[in-house]
Amino acid sequence: MNRFLKLSVFGIIAVFLSCLLLAGRVFAASKLVKVDGSSTVFPITEAVAEEFQKANSGIKVMVGISGTGGGFKRFGRGETDISDASRPIKSKEVDLCRENNIEYIELPVAYDGLSVIVNPKNTWVDYLTVGELKKMWEPAGQAVVTKWSEIRDGFPDKEIRLFGPGTDSGTFDYFTEAICGASGASRGDYTASEDDNVLVEGIASDTNALGYFGLAYYEQNKDKLKVVPIDDGNDANGKGPIAPSLESVMDSTYQPLARPIFIYVSVKAAQKSEVKKFVEFYLKNAAGLVKEVGYIPLPDEVYKAGLERFQKGITGSVFGVKGAKAGMSITELLRMEK
Amino acid sequence: MNRKLLNKRLDEGFNILGIASIAFGLIVLLVLIIDVFSDGAARLSWSFFNNFPSRKPELAGILSAWVGTVWIMAITALIALPLGIGAGIYLEEYARKNHLTNFIEINIANLAGVPSVIYGLLGLGLFVRYFNLDRSILAGGLTLALLILPVIILSTREALRAVPFSIREASYASGATKWQTVRHQVLPAAFGSIMTGVILAMSRAVGETAPLITIGALTYIAFLPQGLFDPFTVLPIQIFNWVSRPQKGFFANAAAGIIILLGLTLIMNAAAIFLRHHYQKKIRW
Amino acid sequence: MLLKRRALLKIKETLIEGLLFSFSLLSVFTTLGIILVLFFETFEFFKEVPVLKFLTDTQWTPLFINKHFGILPLLSGTFLTTLIAILVAIPVGLVGAVYLSEYASLKVRNVVKPLLEILAAVPTVVYGYFALLFLTPLLKKVIPSLSGFNALSSGIVMGIMIIPLISSLSEDAMRAVPMGLREGAYAVGSNRLQVSLRIVLPAALSGIIAAFILAISRAVGETMIVAIAAGQQPKLTLNPLVPVETITAYIVQISLGDTPYGTLEYRTIFACGMSLFILTFILNIVSFKLKMRFQEVYE
Repeated sequence: MNRFLKLSVFGIIAVFLSCLLLAGRVFAASKLVKVDGSSTVFPITEAVAEEFQKANSGIKVMVGISGTGGGFKRFGRGETDISDASRPIKSKEVDLCRENNIEYIELPVAYDGLSVIVNPKNTWVDYLTVGELKKMWEPAGQAVVTKWSEIRDGFPDKEIRLFGPGTDSGTFDYFTEAICGASGASRGDYTASEDDNVLVEGIASDTNALGYFGLAYYEQNKDKLKVVPIDDGNDANGKGPIAPSLESVMDSTYQPLARPIFIYVSVKAAQKSEVKKFVEFYLKNAAGLVKEVGYIPLPDEVYKAGLERFQKGITGSVFGVKGAKAGMSITELLRMEK
Repeated sequence: MNRKLLNKRLDEGFNILGIASIAFGLIVLLVLIIDVFSDGAARLSWSFFNNFPSRKPELAGILSAWVGTVWIMAITALIALPLGIGAGIYLEEYARKNHLTNFIEINIANLAGVPSVIYGLLGLGLFVRYFNLDRSILAGGLTLALLILPVIILSTREALRAVPFSIREASYASGATKWQTVRHQVLPAAFGSIMTGVILAMSRAVGETAPLITIGALTYIAFLPQGLFDPFTVLPIQIFNWVSRPQKGFFANAAAGIIILLGLTLIMNAAAIFLRHHYQKKIRW
Repeated sequence: MLLKRRALLKIKETLIEGLLFSFSLLSVFTTLGIILVLFFETFEFFKEVPVLKFLTDTQWTPLFINKHFGILPLLSGTFLTTLIAILVAIPVGLVGAVYLSEYASLKVRNVVKPLLEILAAVPTVVYGYFALLFLTPLLKKVIPSLSGFNALSSGIVMGIMIIPLISSLSEDAMRAVPMGLREGAYAVGSNRLQVSLRIVLPAALSGIIAAFILAISRAVGETMIVAIAAGQQPKLTLNPLVPVETITAYIVQISLGDTPYGTLEYRTIFACGMSLFILTFILNIVSFKLKMRFQEVYE
């Protein structure tokens, strides 16, 4: 091989490598905000991160979807700055934080009407009661309850294909607690995925499917999915089956699956200017972005109160450990926060 | 007479069947390419190359993905090439035929057939956890390097084997040492074939998804890595992420990403084959 | 003076040889690393889960309240997709190989063979896309009860991917059969089909079967196509129309979430990895041995 060719190959490699390093410099920012956790909250955090990075080119934001539980495990070990969560922090997770000297600030960012979804070609489900949902999803049903006809007389004798979040998901925890009575009480023989998009795809392509996930994923895929109104049997908060929507969540008639969703910020991380900036941006811009992605925004006072709480550095959880139960109306929860 | 006619018919029938089989494979390839192009060609644009991933399909781009791919390829090549070619040289030029050598050869043949996801598990257990490299470019590069190492070793050996022994003999006869012979005579002669093998191995690494997912490469990275210890994403993982998003707009993005990935793979393969032909012509034994 | 120079050269030579030797040892360390990593985590796994349960339980729900750790559902997913894949790849690949080796002209062969190789070079994530977004909707028109995630589409696409593997390796095996054998048969009036079926195939059989087994091993280890298109529901079934989950897809599914070190969840992927490694290892060894043992020596 002649000298010229050798030199030119060397030259190309050298130019190439230096381009790589330069590119790193040019887009340089040692400032990185690390977020991980719930796939339900992800669309909001993703939207906020995108708008934030547009406005602050020197700061990078990384958002993972390990699930609420997975996110808390990392948050508790100090690996992330912010944890997305679709349910309040649990006592085990509080202990993990304490072990690693992580203090957290709990900030609700939106309401979700956790939705039960079927395929648009599903003609037999007009609504479902909490009891029917329980029969479908409780652990006792694993490998035992397999057909639609076992749920209600008149339903076809076809196999139920279930889709839902996996065990690291806050949505999973919330749904199982609200419907089956205990967090984590679910059968295991269904398509479980932390990635809600997989669930949407699965339900949209299978007539016999049923699944559950955050309202935003339904709103963004309305043309492929059908939402199921839920009857909680309690006439006090709305008679009959109610479908999730902005109104039914805000006036607490969509029960028991209406819930607040959160971000948890590490106090240590909040001392970094980039994290502080990000959280403040989040709370100040949440209302519009939450609506855009399909969730229900909190009242403005709540965002303001959250901002105050953050700036003051008030730690601890009111929604979780202090006993906010699934199904409490939003105003009751807010009163607890104050 | 009847039997002969039957046999003739069968023979002709099989001829057609054979052509049909080949045609089947080629037609599927064509359909795949046309499908991907029709879905994604419209999406290809400068902004697609230059944008970060976004929740809005029209705005989403592959910047972090293709830069990540370049980084990973660079690290993988830097690690795998010297190790692989060096091992190939040793096994072909230096090693004596003993049990150890035999064992190493069987080992390499076996490693070439191990599923890529297992390499991912190795990377997870060893590089990410034990060496504490976390989900970094270095961990990814090391994992992929181990993955393509057997392929590089095998193709280096084949390339070296193709060099006639007379070349070596002439070199020894003029007083050169083994390394001088290898360095100045054998390697240059085998260079083309070695490069072919290397490019083919790299083109495989470009498309590898499973091992990098297993070690934890993330799917939402809206910034560029600056160092070996930064998190990253690569083109196939970005495509995988977009394929899983049900909004129609993302299909087009995935298809556009595939066009780029396929294009890259095909160019590398074509370069490898071209190199092979070119060097075969140059060498006159 | 000259002696000193020679001595230095000798040292350099030895150092270089030693360096290259250590490089080749790396492959041994890689295998050792794989076995150690898999073994260690699997060992911890089996401390909590009895081996018999792992091998015989018919449900795989390791993360839920009703914990079941039976590998059979994942194995059946792998088995079903692999079966469909080789049902596609073997007929097409073998017939194609015979055609290229015995019927086609050299020109045709030189054009077609590299083109078929492209099928093998396509990244598997592209095949996954093809299976989910093109083939499944297409098949749904013919089979309305087909689920969005199913074993059929992914199996067919996997089969297409491994066609070149079978056709290339089988063809190589067939070309190794000396022309003399064929010429003898042609001389007594056989046609191409008879020569192919009665002379060439039997003679090349070992290589062809080795190719088949290698293809099976490849299908068993395939990850992305099934992760994208076959589903994530472990189910012990032979129905190709419903979502299933393969061993490889499960590993990816868990890796996409958080895998905290040292938990049972983390260890399940290693137990799966170990099963996969053993499976493909056995297949590879059998293929290798077959090739060596039955290789007829003609010269």
